[in-house]
Amino acid sequence: MSKDNQILEEFTSKEYEHGWSVNLEADEAPAGLDEGIIRWISAKKEEPEWLLEWRLKAFRNWLTMIEPEWANVRYPKINLQSLKYYSAPKQKNKPKNLDEIDPELLQIYERLGISLNEQKRLQGIAVDAVLDSVSVGTTFKATLSKLGIIFCSFSEAVKEHPELVKKYLGSVVPINDNYYAALNSAVFSDGSFCYIPSGVRCPMELSTYFRINAANTGQFERTLIIAEEGSYVSYLEGCTAPQRDENQLHAAVVEIYAAKNAEVKYSTVQNWFPGDKEGKGGIYNFVTKRGICAGDHSKISWTQVETGSAVTWKYPSCILKGDYSVGEFYSVAVTNNYQQADTGTKMIHIGKNTRSRIVSKGISAGHSQNSYRGQVQVMKRATNSRNFSQCDSLLMGSKCGAHTFPYIDIQNSSAQVEHEATTSKIGEDQLFYCNQRGISTEDAVALIVNGYAKEVLNQLPMEFAVEAQKLLALTLEGSVG
Amino acid sequence: MLVIKNLHASIDGAPILRGINLEVKAGEVHAIMGPNGSGKSTLASVLAGREEYEVTEGEVLFKGKDLLALAPEERAREGVFLAFQYPVEIPGVSTTNFLRTAVNQVREYRGLNPLDAVKFLSVMKEKMKLVEIDQKLMSRSLNEGFSGGEKKRNEIFQMAMLEPTLSILDETDSGLDIDALRIVSNGVNQLKSSETATIVVTHYQRLLDYIVPDFVHVLFNGRIVKSGTKDLALDLEEKGYDWIKEEVKAASV
Repeated sequence: MSKDNQILEEFTSKEYEHGWSVNLEADEAPAGLDEGIIRWISAKKEEPEWLLEWRLKAFRNWLTMIEPEWANVRYPKINLQSLKYYSAPKQKNKPKNLDEIDPELLQIYERLGISLNEQKRLQGIAVDAVLDSVSVGTTFKATLSKLGIIFCSFSEAVKEHPELVKKYLGSVVPINDNYYAALNSAVFSDGSFCYIPSGVRCPMELSTYFRINAANTGQFERTLIIAEEGSYVSYLEGCTAPQRDENQLHAAVVEIYAAKNAEVKYSTVQNWFPGDKEGKGGIYNFVTKRGICAGDHSKISWTQVETGSAVTWKYPSCILKGDYSVGEFYSVAVTNNYQQADTGTKMIHIGKNTRSRIVSKGISAGHSQNSYRGQVQVMKRATNSRNFSQCDSLLMGSKCGAHTFPYIDIQNSSAQVEHEATTSKIGEDQLFYCNQRGISTEDAVALIVNGYAKEVLNQLPMEFAVEAQKLLALTLEGSVG
Repeated sequence: MLVIKNLHASIDGAPILRGINLEVKAGEVHAIMGPNGSGKSTLASVLAGREEYEVTEGEVLFKGKDLLALAPEERAREGVFLAFQYPVEIPGVSTTNFLRTAVNQVREYRGLNPLDAVKFLSVMKEKMKLVEIDQKLMSRSLNEGFSGGEKKRNEIFQMAMLEPTLSILDETDSGLDIDALRIVSNGVNQLKSSETATIVVTHYQRLLDYIVPDFVHVLFNGRIVKSGTKDLALDLEEKGYDWIKEEVKAASV
């Protein structure tokens, strides 16, 4: 066996760090999916009639849809009737503020390194923590509300700001958009809601932390971000799950609305349980994320570091409707062992002088399959639009695969569209060079991979970038001997 | 410091080194010369621990330790440095970041505290003068887009930072113009001490005008067939390698 192969054989040994679960008493829906369950969820959440109707409409739409099969991923069919669609940790009384949250819940988040205790938080990041189906607490609410910023759980938004939810829910991702988005619309349980009023620059990073704890539960969260004229917000999302033998479904929807001159930066570090070394277990991550640059000169930027999940199916996209609007997509997707990722973006240029930039860095190791799928569409009216796409793949070993599926559809001849793609391998030469300078092979891999992903990591807020670097190294640890 | 005894090595089953014997003492400079394909670079690679080469016979002691039993990074931390003939590019990793990782891993092995950023930069600044390397190169990706001369200077700069006891220069002169050659050689000479040793692998006598060897060895067909002082290098420059090949042939008949 050559050194390269040996290196890669040994590479696949690192255990998932967040693979623990806690026995929490939970308030769960019975397994199965029908209109009754949807009514049950809606009643449980004391929702208004219009939202129940909206859910039911989504459900009826979903019934007519079929599971998409075009993605370059293979997995056994999910039995949606065996899943539970609602699980909430039982809290004795509904907490009115953070001090009243069940200490056991707080401990879960402390263990993840996320403190919901405002005094303890040194960095100015406001967190909304979502466990299984519901939000357990949002920090820094008071500070934010002084500026008119609303940052709360989705359920709370439905109660406190129904007019905003009603206006924007489903406006970017319609209920019949795709199979998983429709399913999410029918059964979503909670998520985060964020509203930045005109002219306000959100002074801290807003963050949602998702964790699946209960077994056999699908997590369907819904995030809605609205940035009014001239506002700015940077939003972070992190995810982990316990290690379980069965696959678990996660099908979220994120919608972003950016008005004139508004800017939204959305960063994700996705670290769902990827399954074990043999490919057993792990999260199926089927997510729909889309933003609309509705106003002129608005900007939406997606940055994602995808290291987890057994199967990932995710295309954060931008609809560039306003003139001079800008869409960006920066992605690092790492797959190891038997992970499969089919991820990329869609940039839809509708307004004039719109610009988009795509930087995708795939890293495949073990027996994994890593695909970039991206669509650049320039509509008739979108004169002088520009797109630049760069899709790089880094292979570690000879048993993994990297694939690129670019789709380009141009209906305006003044458009400029560029696509660059490279595929490279971590070379034995690079590793030996590092070793010869006294650097261990593990550290050499981390150094090389982080160097490769630097352009994307640079887009992340500072402390997130450090986390992401560590996570990349951890995901690939043991893959090179 | 370094004792090589009857070293045999092969790649993909083809023997390249066929019984090398060499002793290098502290304070000495040894030049290894020889025609193309004689095994010069292989010797350098085997000493540094490149895994494509299989050692089939013999032993190598470095400061009394079995060098061949050590992983490449352990050899480096023990004080073996190889200046590469073709330095490798690592995109996205700055020279500074790369070296800081290396220096601190080496320091840890040697029982020293890691250098903090401020101290590291001041050491770096001082060592940069040795090879007149441009500050701008330090923040660029390692070796990416560097000219041939810049790459070689960077090798010697790294050597200065890592403070090895045994430095092996593998055709460091290739691709250098006269000015760069002088700068690189100056750097090497300033790093020499009574506690360190240098092995210079080269095709040409030219480099040896600047880095003056105590001993010159001629490698041919995987063996050292002739050893001498720096005058041997001058003879080779004048007469080429053919006469040595003839001598070897005559001796084997």
